[in-house]
Amino acid sequence: MNPALQGLLTIVFGVGGCVAYFYFSNIFLDKVLFPARGENAGRNINRANMVRPWLFLFPALFVLGLYLAYPVVETMRLSLTERVPGGSVWVGLDNYTQMASEPKFWEAMSNNLLWLVVVPAASTAFGLLVAQLTDRIGWGAFAKSLIFMPMAISFVGAAVIFKLVYDTRPAGAEQIGILNAVWLTFDGGVWSVIVLKIVPALLILAFGAAVAYLGYIAVRPMWQSRPGPRMGAAAMILRVILAIVALWLVWTSVSGLISLLSATPPYGVPQTWLTIPFYNNFFLMIVLVWIQTGFAMVILSAALRGIPEETVEAAIVDGANPFQIFFQIKVPQIMSTIVVVWTTITIVVLKVFDIVFAMTNGQWETQVLANYMYDKLFRANDWGVGSAAAMVIMLMVTPILVWNVYNARKEMR
Amino acid sequence: MDNIAGTKSSLTWAVHISVALLVLLWVFPTVGLLVSSFRTADQISSSGWWKSMFPAEQTLQLRTAGTDEAVQADGVWVIEGNLYDVEGIDPLPISTWGVSSRDVAAFVPGDEAAPGDGETMVVQENGDYVYTSAEEPSGRGQRVFVTASVPPEFTLDNYEQVLFSGNTTDSMAKAFFNTLTVTIPATIIPILVAAFAAYALAWMDFPGRALLIAAIVALLVVPLQLALIPLLKLHTDIGIGKGYVGVWLAHTGFGMPLAIYLLRNYMVGLPRDIIENAKVDGATDFQIFTKIILPLSFPALASFAIFQFLWTWNDLLVAIVFLIDATGDTTVMTRQIVELLGTRGGNWEILATAAFVSIAVPLVVFFAMQRYLVRGLLAGSVK
Repeated sequence: MNPALQGLLTIVFGVGGCVAYFYFSNIFLDKVLFPARGENAGRNINRANMVRPWLFLFPALFVLGLYLAYPVVETMRLSLTERVPGGSVWVGLDNYTQMASEPKFWEAMSNNLLWLVVVPAASTAFGLLVAQLTDRIGWGAFAKSLIFMPMAISFVGAAVIFKLVYDTRPAGAEQIGILNAVWLTFDGGVWSVIVLKIVPALLILAFGAAVAYLGYIAVRPMWQSRPGPRMGAAAMILRVILAIVALWLVWTSVSGLISLLSATPPYGVPQTWLTIPFYNNFFLMIVLVWIQTGFAMVILSAALRGIPEETVEAAIVDGANPFQIFFQIKVPQIMSTIVVVWTTITIVVLKVFDIVFAMTNGQWETQVLANYMYDKLFRANDWGVGSAAAMVIMLMVTPILVWNVYNARKEMR
Repeated sequence: MDNIAGTKSSLTWAVHISVALLVLLWVFPTVGLLVSSFRTADQISSSGWWKSMFPAEQTLQLRTAGTDEAVQADGVWVIEGNLYDVEGIDPLPISTWGVSSRDVAAFVPGDEAAPGDGETMVVQENGDYVYTSAEEPSGRGQRVFVTASVPPEFTLDNYEQVLFSGNTTDSMAKAFFNTLTVTIPATIIPILVAAFAAYALAWMDFPGRALLIAAIVALLVVPLQLALIPLLKLHTDIGIGKGYVGVWLAHTGFGMPLAIYLLRNYMVGLPRDIIENAKVDGATDFQIFTKIILPLSFPALASFAIFQFLWTWNDLLVAIVFLIDATGDTTVMTRQIVELLGTRGGNWEILATAAFVSIAVPLVVFFAMQRYLVRGLLAGSVK
């Protein structure tokens, strides 16, 4: 059968079926099962109203259970078993130890951590910047709509777009990728040193300092005896983990800074950007930042609009300059929204697959967890290790999941 | 900020300029792809797309007419004519010309050159030339290098090739319809199912409601990577295998938490009076839902529809796991583009066009319904 016709039939049957289900199940409930007449009319109406919500919910709960809840359990089971012809055998944690012994897995882990830090931070920062800048100008809506546009473009489409940006032609030929065309204008002069050494060095320094400060804030309460409730064990562990991550990031920035300052860039030679280890990760991240900035901008822009005018006016009267107003009046008031944006982008990053799959497929040390998992599942056909990798992704999402549920419940009360 | 005299002008200009720069930076890559899809393979590989908007300098090697056309006049042999007529190409205004490959831009139109002993050569801007020689010329005509500016030139051939040629490796036509076949049911069915559930969660009282809402918030972030193997196994076991039915069901499942969450948040905000009045007047829940809630929830329904449409249209992972089998008959556009990246990595005219075909529909939807998309994002996140 022609797939288009099949699609049409599915729409008709699917929609018709859903409507028929809801309509007839309600009629059945009211007219046959618990008819609202006779001696038990009152009791029947109450009973029918107790059952009805579940009629409305049933299809949705069924799909949710089957497609999201069941796989979590099943994947966990699969990650503890090995597939053998005709079934599977229990192997305990073997899949996890095997995975931990693979360098490719650790490469994916460290790359993923890098993505987790850089992409949400950069997207949120750019989004906030654009939201603030476009807030008061006449053509702000138009500008926002253009920066928002990449949201509609698929990751694969974005991969093609940026492959053109990063394209490389042999030395001597005309470069058709804009990045190489710009690169070849650097010749090692003063201008090149400023753009390629000093500016990046300052950025890395600022980043390292910010992370170090955050890490310090995280561990400070552990040796400061302050009056108040004692810290729980969970909070303690969380703080230690935060501090370790911060230390690792500081170390990465310092070593990055050293290599940046000591290296002599190959001026005048066209670069194949996606094959330069370590840095190619950033060229892939740019794609996601390009897409996600629009999302951050839309939400932060709405949050900025929601700030009470009086607070800003009071600050102006007190003589605050625009930067003070932004960082000390506006940003603190939209902090909760910034956190929401940050976590939402974090989840997107954890699942990032298409960009890496289409641009490098994990070669040249750009592997990430989702692509590693795909490799294991469908290329190596190793369901055990693939499921174990999926569980690692799930584990990394879990803190956000718990936090979301906690917030949702707090809000409903 | 704007009301403080003196701080406005300088800062406002800085703001305008930085916004303009950011917008340019963001739009530049996409425009590059769009422009490239209208250029020929030769044009793409010979110059960066950003140069295609402007006339390009191009150097051509032409020849005068053959020596048998030389006529003797006033003691010298003369060949006259137009360089472009000889080669039969469209004339372009000549900016510089030369007679040696070592210096192709030695002369401007109207100058007199001396290609050899006793020879003279004059070329005009429109390609008219006069060649004289003291001795009778022999061999082929005199070589002339002309540099002309070529106006920007764009073509629709790439789209013809990608959409209508029927070439099996390049064709996006089939993939386009396959994507459409995946997308439309996968957008409509979840909305319907989720709307009923959202109504129950918003306006019906039953034990366990709060728990269910919490569960849906939790499922909102479960990575769909976890679902790949268990569900592929399930689909194979119950006989669906890889195909449209499986991918429709999968998209319905994966879109469900967001759908319920968005719609419930919206429906909770509807005025209680209307619903209670309807109940007092004897309306059943089913009537309230179809006659009051659904029409009033249109903005939220539209928001989710756009999300789900963009997500299913742009999806790669779900399609390659649940839909595309070994025959490749059901390939979707994203998959086709990844294949093209592998097989035709250097053929930017095909790649750019194929990518743009797949991007065009979401972009149209995006610009037409941006209002609803923004509203949906806000309802889904700022909570």
